Amino acid sequence: MSPLTTTDPAQAVAGIEDGSTILVGGFGMAGMPVELIDALIVQGASDLTIVSNNAGNGDTGLAALLGAGRVRKVICSFPRQVDSYIFDGLYRAGKLELELVPQGNLAERMRAAGAGIGAFFCPTAVGTLLAEGKETRVIDGRTYVLEYPIRGDYALISAETADAAGNLVYRRTARNFGPVMATAARQTIVQVRRTVPLGGIDPEVVVTPGIYVRRVLDLSGNTTTDSGAR
Amino acid sequence: MTAEDRTVENVDRPPLDSRELAARVARDVAPGSYVNLGIGLPTKVADFLDEDAGVTLHTENGMLGMGPYAQGDQIDPELINAGKIPVTELLGASYFHHADAFAMMRGGHIDLCVMGAYQVTAGGDLANWSTGQPDAIPAVGGAMDLAVGAKAIFVMMDLFTKDGQAKLVPSCTYPLTGVACVDRIYSDLAVIDLDNGRAVVWETYGISVDELRSRLDVPLSVR
Repeated sequence: MSPLTTTDPAQAVAGIEDGSTILVGGFGMAGMPVELIDALIVQGASDLTIVSNNAGNGDTGLAALLGAGRVRKVICSFPRQVDSYIFDGLYRAGKLELELVPQGNLAERMRAAGAGIGAFFCPTAVGTLLAEGKETRVIDGRTYVLEYPIRGDYALISAETADAAGNLVYRRTARNFGPVMATAARQTIVQVRRTVPLGGIDPEVVVTPGIYVRRVLDLSGNTTTDSGAR
Repeated sequence: MTAEDRTVENVDRPPLDSRELAARVARDVAPGSYVNLGIGLPTKVADFLDEDAGVTLHTENGMLGMGPYAQGDQIDPELINAGKIPVTELLGASYFHHADAFAMMRGGHIDLCVMGAYQVTAGGDLANWSTGQPDAIPAVGGAMDLAVGAKAIFVMMDLFTKDGQAKLVPSCTYPLTGVACVDRIYSDLAVIDLDNGRAVVWETYGISVDELRSRLDVPLSVR
């Protein structure tokens, strides 16, 4: 089934329910789906759990969603940034729950969700605070911690180009969590700089196959912001 | 053992400054290796790698073949390193997603990671992600994955804090990043190899081994 392709941000995020778990792409601002997040703020869903590497930069994107009071819990690896003042304030005021996850585990737990893996043993964090209370097992002499998948109701990600089948290619290090998150959510919504017809992307270079993509927000006509179109 | 393999005390010179330290680490990066340089001080090592040595830099946000910091027109917000600083791509570079970036690390494909540290023990325990302050906002990033994943871990740090506290310690008082993971310490005052629980001084800079012994609570061996 081909994805819905739209130029209307409101249509791209329509129907996201209160209480949803949303995987949000990006590493810092690289790959952050700013237009989708802005649309989500307008859409109004609240009590959200956000899974993302960081917890917002400055006043835009994820930081704006946090600032709008829509988020109950953040699952991330590195909330503290030089410009994460919105997260910092909410966290210190006790208005946000935080689950801190090592970056590789964050990625692998979503990969596991997307691949139907029930759980996995991983050496990261053995003997540290972040593995406290978790099941461990010694395999071939090495200790591993049992880690469970992180599934999203929705993934909001950013890519460079989508074709009409929803196949995606990314750009440079803006790829980061996008391909993993696309597999780990019930519905993946992607904003792209441009869309092309079927055949417009060489099948050999597709990074995310269209099977994972439900809706595409085409920003090619968007001239009001540079964040989606460099 | 050759003469070069014996402990060298460079007493009549100042401690290594940060550039000298980076150059010293770079000397021990094997030609042809795949290397991850941690955020902060370790990134300086890149400036001293011999281009002909064919060292490939990995950044855990999804790239192999990372080049120097981007300048002027080269700056691209979508081409950044793990510290979110704009960088460049070298010929032969590749991009991949985060799960691949960390699988590459945890799967034992990265030869070396150079990291900063708050504290290290002779047994190789590492604390570098949290000072454990109750009001601090915790952030771990990829540190714990790197600590267990790379084939070798070099720590690059000052041997003492600004107020004189030793950072090579009998046991870490700060929260651990990884257990028994550090292979060698490169510091302003000494290069110290951690060999199955023994701290073996390879070189000193601006200090003698005996003086180091008097300032550290960790037994030091020489070679």
